[in-house]
Parts: sequence; C-alpha cells; structure tokens
Amino acid sequence: MNENLRNKLTLGGSLALAVILTACGGTSTSTATVSTGITPQKMADALHAVMESDRTVYTKKVVNRLQNEQQVIKASEHWEDDKALPLPAQMFRMGAEMVTAKNVGFTYGLLSKWPVNKQNAPKTEIEKQGLDFIDANGGTEPFYGEETLGDSKYFTAIYADVGVVTACVKCHNEHKDSPKTDFKIGDVMGGVVIRIPVDS
Amino acid sequence: MKSNTPWILWICLSLGLIVYFCLQLKSSDQSIYLPGTSTDGHYQIELDCSACHTPLMGINEQSCIDCHGADLTSANDSHPKSKFTDPRNADLLGKLDATKCITCHIEHRHDRTHAMGLTIPEDYCLYCHEDIAEERVSHKSYAFNSCATAGCHNFHDNTALYEDFLAKHLDEPDFKEPTLIMRGPLKERMLKSEVARFLKPDGIPAPDAPIEHLDLSGSAHRDWLATAHAKAGVNCSDCHVSSTGTNESDWNTPVSHTSCQKCHQDETQGWLKGKHGMRLAQSSTPMTTDNARLPMNPNTAHKSLSCTSCHGAHTFDTKQASVTSCLECHSDEHSKNYVSSPHYELWRTEQDSDATPYRGVSCATCHLPLVEKNRNGESTVHVEHNQNWNLEPNEKMIRSVCLECHGLEFSIDALADPDLIKTNFQGLPSRHVESIDLVRRRTEEK
Ligand code: HEC
Repeated sequence: MNENLRNKLTLGGSLALAVILTACGGTSTSTATVSTGITPQKMADALHAVMESDRTVYTKKVVNRLQNEQQVIKASEHWEDDKALPLPAQMFRMGAEMVTAKNVGFTYGLLSKWPVNKQNAPKTEIEKQGLDFIDANGGTEPFYGEETLGDSKYFTAIYADVGVVTACVKCHNEHKDSPKTDFKIGDVMGGVVIRIPVDS
Repeated sequence: MKSNTPWILWICLSLGLIVYFCLQLKSSDQSIYLPGTSTDGHYQIELDCSACHTPLMGINEQSCIDCHGADLTSANDSHPKSKFTDPRNADLLGKLDATKCITCHIEHRHDRTHAMGLTIPEDYCLYCHEDIAEERVSHKSYAFNSCATAGCHNFHDNTALYEDFLAKHLDEPDFKEPTLIMRGPLKERMLKSEVARFLKPDGIPAPDAPIEHLDLSGSAHRDWLATAHAKAGVNCSDCHVSSTGTNESDWNTPVSHTSCQKCHQDETQGWLKGKHGMRLAQSSTPMTTDNARLPMNPNTAHKSLSCTSCHGAHTFDTKQASVTSCLECHSDEHSKNYVSSPHYELWRTEQDSDATPYRGVSCATCHLPLVEKNRNGESTVHVEHNQNWNLEPNEKMIRSVCLECHGLEFSIDALADPDLIKTNFQGLPSRHVESIDLVRRRTEEK
C-alpha cells in the first residue's frame, strides 16, 4: 500500500472510529487500534452504520411518530414554508452537504432507480450496477466497486435503503413525482452511495 | 544601413508607458486600470479593486460570498455550491463549473453582460437539464433560453416560483381582501420591540449639546422634541459624538451612519449592502446622485447619500423617507409615474384617514419592505434598507411584498410586464406567464 493512501486511510479510519464511538456514546477505546490501517470498505461500512442508524432514528422516532402515530405535525418537502419537519431524505442530504463542505475525504448521498427527485437517479455506471445489485438481492448485501470521476478514482459502496415504516412507503407512493406507486414495507426503495477517494 | 530610429522610438515609448502606469499606481484616480465598463451592480465600487481582487489582481471568490452569501442562503438557493461538489457531478462541472460565481458572472464585460449580470448565453440550463422534456412533456416546446427569462424559473431564487408554491396559490383573486394584510401586525411587532428596547420611562431629557451648538429656539431643537428619539431619551450627544467626551473636537456634524448604527443595526447593515450605502461599506466616499446610472432629478445633482439625506436630520419622519425623499432624486419613468398610480392613491388615502391603516403603498413598501429575520435564533422585524434584496430578479418581490394584497398569478404576470412596471402599475398586466397554467393542469390530472 503506498504511503499516501495509507495516510488517507489511517486518517479515514480514525475518523470513522470517532464517528462510531461518538454514536455509541464512547463506550471503550481499548479494543480498537487504527495503526494497522483500515480498508476503504471497512471505513464505508462503518460510516454507513452510523448514517443508517441516525436515519432510522429520525424516520421512526421523529417523522413517523409525530406525523403518522401521534398526528401532531407533518413532514414536508417545503418544511420551512409549511412549518413542518424536513423529510428524512432532506435531513440526510443536509448532513451530506455539510460533510462535503468540510472536505474530510468522503462524500455520500441517497439515490434511487425510482426517484421522486430526478437528480437522485443513478448516473454513473457503478451507481446503476450497484442499485440493480442491491435491488436483486433485496438489500441483503451491499455493493462495492471502483470508478473514476473527473480526474479522481473512488472506492464506491452502495447500501440498500429500505422502507422501514409506513411513512416511507406511503409518502413515496402518493407523491406526484414518484414513478413507482406500489412500494411495500421492507422494499428496497433506493441506495446510500458512499465514495472514498483512493489513489489510482 | 538601416536606421535604428524606430527601435529607439519603440523602446522610449514602452518605457514611457511603464513609467506612466507606475506613477498612476500612486494616483488617487485608478480608473485607467479598469479593463472595461463595470456592471450596474458593482460600478459604484469599481475603483476599490481590493473589494473583489487579490493583491495580484486574481479574483477573490470569497468577496462575492461576503456580500451576497447571506441573501443566497435566505433565498434558499436552488443551486448552491454544495450541490455541485459531489464527485458524481464531475462531468457536469466539466461543462459548466457551477461551484464558482465567476463562471456565469464575469465583471467588466459590458458587451457580454445581460440581465442579472450574466455573462454566459441564456440557454445555460441545457447543460444539466437537457432531458427536461422527458421528465415534463409539457416543457417540450419551450426553448432553453426561456427557462429563466419567461418568468418561470430562476437559477438561485425560486421561493415564489416553485411548483408546490404555485399549487398552493392557484386561483387567488387578483386583489385580496384588506383583512388578509400582514404588514400591520409586522409593523406593530417592530414598533413594540423597538419601543420596549429603547423608550425610557423618565421622559424627554434636557438637550446636552455644548452651548456653541445649541439653539433652543431653532428648528433642530423643535424637530428633535417631536421625535421618538427625544421620547426614547436619545440625546444630542448620542448621535453627534462618535467616541468619548463632549469636546468641541468630538462633535460631528453631519452625523454619519455609524452613529445610527449604534441602535439601528439591521437597518444600517442593509443600507450598506444596497445601492445607497455600498460605497461607504468599502470605506470610500459616499454615493452621490451625479454618479448614479439611473436618471436623477437635476435639482439634486451632487447630493451625497447618508441616513439623513432621506430621513432628514432631527425630524426623522418615516413618511418623508417613504415617498418624498425618494422622489426628490429619482426621476426615471417608474418613479415619476408613481404619483398617478393606484398604489399612490392608496397611500394618500391612508395618510388622510385612519380608516384604512396599512393599505397605502409607498415607494418604501415595495423597495424597503418590513422583513422578519432570525437573529441568534430569535425572530425580529426590521425595515430592509438594501433595495436590491428583493429587486433582482423581480420575482423576489412577490413574497416579500406583492402577495400581501395580490394573488400569485396576478403578481407574476405584473412583474413580467416591463411596460406596466414603467407606468408604475397603472392598468392590468398585458403579459401572462404560463407556469401557473401548467401547475393547474398537473394538479387536475393527479
Ligand atoms: C413525507 C414524505 C416522505 C417520507 C416520509 C419519506 N420520503 Fe423519501 N423522499 C421524499 C421526497 C419528496 C424525496 C425527494 C427529496 C429530494 O431530493 O428533493 C425523497 C427522496 C428519497 C430517496 C432518494 C431518491 C428519490 O426518490 O428522490 C430515497 C431513496 C428515499 N426518499 C427513501 C425513503 C425511505 C427509505 C424513507 C423512510 C425511511 C423515506 N424515503 C421517507 C419523500 C418522503
């Protein structure tokens, strides 16, 4: 492994670790050693674990509870104008945009083969392959690949984004811009794409 | 033998030019370095090169953000930089680097600059939205240079144009019932918070100007006594003394905006960003009417701008500042036609009777609107003194002003009609922007 990549990954590893430890409430530091380096795949898996957990918590404990169970406030695409909750996908994207602005060495996003927002349709060859792959296996396994975008090479991981509660499925099926109207709970509705730059 | 004269002449001329340009570096007039006519937005500060340029005349992108960033955020920018820095958009950036302001807005290129200070051809939407007709069949017949010029979309600010907003405001009456007017409550909230912040319970204090500046029988004293300033205990020295003490040497007349800023922060901040104060924001000389590109009244040629040029020292009459002061200088068609407009009629009626509060539409109602703002997580109301905040593209005015009294469809159509703007809205819009029809059809289909 070349020196540059190792530095990047060690850095990335510490970052992922820090994210995980923070998310777990910082239980123990003794079990993890980062000095041996960490593969891009491990880092992506770790990042995804945090993202998926936060996303599920927001969807279940905030959006679904307040909108569908207790019916006190709606989630809306135009949450500022409508004085409503941001949609789970918007919450996710706001975070992703902040991370990109921080330039910490990875980017992520939420895509789908049946996008409400056409900008979220797969675009690169790897995105298309990856979304097909997770769709075919029902989200049991993530997809990993490498791609070159612009002048840079990336390790790209794609994880299934599953309709975990009624709110996900109902909102997408009823949305006027949704090309698919028969999502069911447990369906793969799209995929989380994580990109980590690697040296070519 | 060939003569050396041409060479010697050429060298002398070159040296001469170099010396001339070097000497000009020290001159107070730097205009010879301007590479071309500046845009209407920036010409006032065009000689403050460092406002936008690095010392080696590179372009400091951060300077764009410093002045325009907050407005873009508050306008919920539809194309923020963060949308383009994702590597999956690398191919798009190859076609149009939307992470940089100067990709589309190049300064000093007068021949290539069109509306909104754009210096790229108007069909730029094509680069990324080439396949729009597949997503929206209704858009099939529209040309790509019409997306942002027909009144339907803007690149940055679509807060009054996005589809669901149009859907929410379908079939509104052109003229709304007076009860729907929001400005009243906003103004009352502003006054209430101002009064709570400033008014002192112990009444009007004795004026504290040094004796040589004090004329108790003069108009300055009389005017001051009638103002909210006096009632709030704002004394002579609060405005006329900038730093410490009341020595003769510290006494400032006229008073600069920095004195007003001590209490009227949001107002001054806005003013310094707008066309009236932006020169002072770059700490050069104030703007003067003879430097304006808009037609100005010859009677007020060379008038220089400060807070008191519109508000009048000592009177601070907001009614004067809302109409009279504007028309003293501005003499373009739109301004001149105001006094024969239905908006002015409403304004006059409001002045004459208490029956129709907040129905009047002054220059300030539209161009210096009351705005709610979040300051440190608290909601406050102020008068936005940056006229450009809701001026360009003019659809920005829809939410901040027009919708108070008019329906959305009517407002969009009126603002898309340049002739109607010239007459200051005497008559009805003769243009119709189709976007709302498309939304109506789509809503009916679903
Ligand atoms: C109240 C409505 C609503 C709810 C609830 C909701 N979504 Fe969405 N979702 C949207 C909208 C609208 C978008 C498009 C947002 C954008 O990018 O502008 C979107 C975007 C997405 C995308 C990206 C692709 C696309 O369609 O644009 C995925 C994947 C997705 N949602 C999955 C989910 C899942 C899984 C859940 C539950 C955890 C969920 N959504 C909950 C409305 C909703």
